[in-house]
Amino acid sequence: MKIVGLTGNDAVAEAMRQLNPDVCAAYPITPQTELMEKFASFAADGKVKTEIVLAESEHSAMSACIGASCAGGRVMTATSANGLALMWEMLYIAASYRCPIVMGVVNRALSGPINIHCDHSDSMGARDAGWIQLFSENSQEAYDNTIQAIKIAENPDVLLPVMVCLDGFITSHTVERVEVLDDEVVSRFAGEYVPKYSLLRSDRPMTFGPLDFHDYYFEHKRIQFEAMEKAKPVVRDVSERFSKLVGRPFGVLDAHKMEDAEIAVIALGSTAGTARGVVDELREQGKKVGLIKLRVFRPFPIKEIVELARGLKALAVMDRSISFGGLGGPVFGETRSACYGAGVNVPMVNYIYGLGGRDTTFEEIERLYGEMETVAREGKQVDAIRFLNVRE
Amino acid sequence: MSKKEPGWKDLTMSGIIEEAGNAQKFETGSWRSDRPIWDKSKCTSCLICWIYCPDSAIMLKDGKMVGIDLQHCKGCGICAAECPVKGKAIHMVPESECELV
Repeated sequence: MKIVGLTGNDAVAEAMRQLNPDVCAAYPITPQTELMEKFASFAADGKVKTEIVLAESEHSAMSACIGASCAGGRVMTATSANGLALMWEMLYIAASYRCPIVMGVVNRALSGPINIHCDHSDSMGARDAGWIQLFSENSQEAYDNTIQAIKIAENPDVLLPVMVCLDGFITSHTVERVEVLDDEVVSRFAGEYVPKYSLLRSDRPMTFGPLDFHDYYFEHKRIQFEAMEKAKPVVRDVSERFSKLVGRPFGVLDAHKMEDAEIAVIALGSTAGTARGVVDELREQGKKVGLIKLRVFRPFPIKEIVELARGLKALAVMDRSISFGGLGGPVFGETRSACYGAGVNVPMVNYIYGLGGRDTTFEEIERLYGEMETVAREGKQVDAIRFLNVRE
Repeated sequence: MSKKEPGWKDLTMSGIIEEAGNAQKFETGSWRSDRPIWDKSKCTSCLICWIYCPDSAIMLKDGKMVGIDLQHCKGCGICAAECPVKGKAIHMVPESECELV
């Protein structure tokens, strides 16, 4: 193990170097560009065996990734925002063909108006495409998640693609202290990918992606649903094994100071780091507050969230994306639905925040906890959707 | 839908077909609205229809044309259009004017 200064983009590229994929088809887009640039330089320097495919668009990049994955290769790529949007059609195909592709998604706002800074509208928009989604709090976790992602994706019970999300610029372009494992340790942990099916096996010709009508399509979707269910224990198992390897705890979520908490916030990505600091400070003032950091958004950790929400006096759910015409953002919708089903009627507020890279400071989150104190005191459901730090 | 169809637990993931060449089992003849009628007396077995047929529905024996596989022919009419024989050895007839296969 060595300790180095890496940006989030560097950290993912470093993990990719150690995982040594067979094929990487990609197209540049801010803020993902440096990630692929770094990885392409590893390939150019002969540090990986990867065949880099420079596609003419993200749609083509994901298409090439799918082809390479069906051929039986370990495949990785990365993108952001509008690039992810251009992959849309192929995202669903990658998941339904059960291609264990790992993709770094450097979160950026979707246009328009055009904006290159962080929010989660890109990956949240793709939440129903059938990809597993891991969110990273910082560069370290972007590195850790990338290594775990390949292990989860390539598990024979899962065989689903995984997005490793990291916050654009906030994480992708900030140099942080990162513990990097030895190359051999990563190779041993990841193991060799043994594909269940391969288009390159001429002794066993087969068809991928045949026409599938009303008489079979539904059953195939049911199988795909089951794969995502099976991913839940696999994610937990891989987290535990990785924890043992690095000596740091990993789970589907991180419950920070939740044991006796009365007020809690759910957040994902870099904001969870800021909120952790706020919780620590408020705890010093004797306030019973906690933080639930979601690391895995798909599959959504329903049971774990409900367990933590039970007994709270108020819960704030932070969404860095917006659902127009819906009941709050995606994290809120999932959380409230999970709690309602389990009979947990904790007063819950959705905070839409940080769109288009709007800075979300320590003070803003402190104010949010303050507002939740009022909600807890009143002890009843309130207007569910609030906008944090938007000018009136 | 027939109850005999397998349930989801008995199917391959994503509908991958593990067996090569099984399109033969899928009979597409019922899609046809026009039927190719072959006139053996005019046919020279040049096999241009065999080359053009997108459904491998031209049947051969010992390198000679012996008929059309109506279980798979979709009735596209390419064989009739491409037939180089004067007066055509294959012509298309509406299914409504044909006997049932």
